[in-house]
Amino acid sequence: MERRPKSFYFLSAFFVLFLVFLYGPTLTIGILSFQGPGGGLTFPMRGVSLYWFRDLFEQQAVGDIWGSFRRSFVLGLMVMVTTVVVSVMGGLAFRKRFAGSTILFYLIVTSLVIPSILISLGVGLIWSQSGMPVHWSTSGFGSQLTWTLPFGLLIMFAVFNRFDRSYEEAARDLGASNWQVVRFVVLPIIAPSLIGVALFGFTLSYDEFARTLLTSGVHNTLPLEIFGMTTNVTTPVLFALGTLTTVFSLLVIAGFLLIAWQLRRRQNAKGSDAGKGLV
Amino acid sequence: MTDSIATSAATVPSQESKHRSANTSGWLLASPLALVLAVFLVAPIVMIIAVSFWGATEWTIYPAFQFDNYEFLLSSDVTYRVFVNTLKYAAITWVFTLLIGFTVAYFLAFHVRSLTWQIALFLLCTIPFWTSNIIRMISWIPFLGRNGLANSALLSWGVIDEPLEWLLFSDFSVILAFVHLYTLFMVVPIFNTMMRIDKSLIEAAADAGASGWQTLWHVIVPLTKPGIMIGTIFVIALVMGDFITVRFMSGSQSANVGRMIQNDISLLQYPSAAATAVVLLCTVLLMIGILLRFVDIRKEL
Repeated sequence: MERRPKSFYFLSAFFVLFLVFLYGPTLTIGILSFQGPGGGLTFPMRGVSLYWFRDLFEQQAVGDIWGSFRRSFVLGLMVMVTTVVVSVMGGLAFRKRFAGSTILFYLIVTSLVIPSILISLGVGLIWSQSGMPVHWSTSGFGSQLTWTLPFGLLIMFAVFNRFDRSYEEAARDLGASNWQVVRFVVLPIIAPSLIGVALFGFTLSYDEFARTLLTSGVHNTLPLEIFGMTTNVTTPVLFALGTLTTVFSLLVIAGFLLIAWQLRRRQNAKGSDAGKGLV
Repeated sequence: MTDSIATSAATVPSQESKHRSANTSGWLLASPLALVLAVFLVAPIVMIIAVSFWGATEWTIYPAFQFDNYEFLLSSDVTYRVFVNTLKYAAITWVFTLLIGFTVAYFLAFHVRSLTWQIALFLLCTIPFWTSNIIRMISWIPFLGRNGLANSALLSWGVIDEPLEWLLFSDFSVILAFVHLYTLFMVVPIFNTMMRIDKSLIEAAADAGASGWQTLWHVIVPLTKPGIMIGTIFVIALVMGDFITVRFMSGSQSANVGRMIQNDISLLQYPSAAATAVVLLCTVLLMIGILLRFVDIRKEL
């Protein structure tokens, strides 16, 4: 192996600093959430305890944390499933040019770049003017889709750009119907990427704030609940909650990455099982 | 290869019916997407445009067709100051995210040699994207506060005599948070384009006698431009449309357009909020439209 140039060491140091910058603050509140009962929002630590975590489980005066967590979780799953299904269908549609596909594509881009508060405001206005009560599972759900779908579709575009069409042609030669080609050839091949789409769908929904602000109604989702806490809670209980949901997010991310990695490994080991369903 | 030729020869339908069936299946597959975008993107935009001409009293809004909201908005000094401030945030954040994002992506793509390590380190850079922005903002408090880590460190090193007040709740902390939150959006697309650069081009540059800097500037940067453009689109859109970061990190002391809209909303002045929203949307779409002229997103994915 050739010797590393000097720039390698400089860039490595830069990269490490970047990681510290990226993760340092989160780690800090992780540490501070173990403050002793008398501790405040900054260092020094006044003892080490689980006091603030216990506080989170007992006292409900600050709001409905667990209720909002349940709502965010269910909403995340709803958005995830919808994002995967709609993105795959959209991705398949965009493989061929169809009338209006350009307009639809620019709508997707608009959905991605439009300020979130506009979605919140617009959806909120439509619902209130037509007399429907806003609810996280209807207006909130749809508003979040405008954020998760563009990501799902961009991933699908990237996947289909690299997709080897000869697999499909081979399947057709063997007499597979359109549906069979999708079900037994295309879907198994793109499965690992679908895990990626699902990861985006769930986490972006679980953490979404701006698009749910005016569209979730009387019952808060978790990010709204946390934001409410920042204005009236000045104890490390805020950090304890932050640490807990970050740990939850990390577990979810790890789970998805593990599944994607497993799928990819199975594909590589066994080769594509795409042909099996046709027999 | 011969298979594909055989298929296309065997199943060539008439050009027109093929076209029509592509349209039908395309629309069938795209219909859920189109439906969601129609109800939750197009309709809200139309609604906001409509309401921006409505009138408002202190407690209710009523349909009308008047230009009062725009007149008030465009005749106010505050509007221009807030728009300039928003553009300032976008410009400064863009510079920092680009410099940091490019450097990180460059390191990952050209200095990390094994693919496994590249993927692992790349994932390490992207994981925070899937966690909560609000919590990542909150986590700056113990760093930047009056008694925070930064101040106590600087005090103990003797760099300063008294705590710096401008670390938290200032333009500094707003931009710091933006860079913290959005650098990922630069790293990912730039890394993506860099990974597609043919390594033999770099060897060719070296063989032709180019120095490291010359290779970087004349070979790598031009080839990375599409990635830079996509990252720029993300960062500009996110910063221009933000309201929560500015509100939280400036302690409500600075304003951007998003906060102006949110203020009006909290005062139930929806028509005025809608007018501001329309102007903001036009600004953002104009900026993104210009950027899109330099890159074909679908080709670059």
